[in-house]
Amino acid sequence: MSMKATVRQVNSVTVVDVSGRITLGEGCSQLRELIREQLGKGQKHVLLNLADVTYIDSTGIGELVSAYIAVSDQGGQLKLLSLTKKVHDLLQITKLYTVFDVHDDEAKAIGSFQKSSRA
Amino acid sequence: MLLQPNMASGSSVVEVTLESTLKNIEVAEGIARGVCATAGLDEDDAYKVEMAVHESVINAVEHGNKNDANKQVWLRFEIFGDRLEIRVRDQGEGFDVTSLPDPCAQENLLKISGRGIFLIRSFMDEVRVENITGHGAEVTMVKRLNSKSQRHQGGNAREHEGHSTTS
Repeated sequence: MSMKATVRQVNSVTVVDVSGRITLGEGCSQLRELIREQLGKGQKHVLLNLADVTYIDSTGIGELVSAYIAVSDQGGQLKLLSLTKKVHDLLQITKLYTVFDVHDDEAKAIGSFQKSSRA
Repeated sequence: MLLQPNMASGSSVVEVTLESTLKNIEVAEGIARGVCATAGLDEDDAYKVEMAVHESVINAVEHGNKNDANKQVWLRFEIFGDRLEIRVRDQGEGFDVTSLPDPCAQENLLKISGRGIFLIRSFMDEVRVENITGHGAEVTMVKRLNSKSQRHQGGNAREHEGHSTTS
């Protein structure tokens, strides 16, 4: 199953529900394009919901890092929501779990952006 | 495509040679999936093997063969009594595995690439990289089989249909 992503707005946060495979090729370029598009619209608070991501490879991990950098460079924040065990383990192995702000609860994740904004 | 018994070693073998294209990554993964099922690997280990094959074929196509579709990637899957051994060979110039930066070092954490070999090492029990003069790099990956998963000993279970020639 290739990657699918839908975007919804919750308060000031752009929530991207991602499903399928984030791997070399279409999945990665789709995600890159989507992040670029959101930044172009001035949306700098991005929450990637990875609950339905079945597979992510080293290129996909690189794409998450790339998205994180792109959003941070614009003064925004990119956070992750609802990692599957496979994705969680990958981020642990690669030590990226220490880089990303990861949440299990969407409402709390949204709230964390608002707190960050006021800070 | 059938796993062929190797009388000398008592193992079962399947070899494929794929055109060096990114679409063949999924073909290689499919073969790996079939071999893992035959070897009796559980879902978690099968995922790790598929991921290792996925990453090694990407490396072979992109870094070894430099996306040259006229080149090939050779794969050999061999099920022994105690292990699954996978070899992936490209037709590139080889590479020095010791020169690869540690992707977990603080200064490399935010690099976009450079995690492929690291993941292969994390997911497999043994990994060796050899540069074969005139043939490119060959990555050998081993996943040990526990006693419960030793279902296949020189049998002829049907494997994934190949898209390639047997070398």
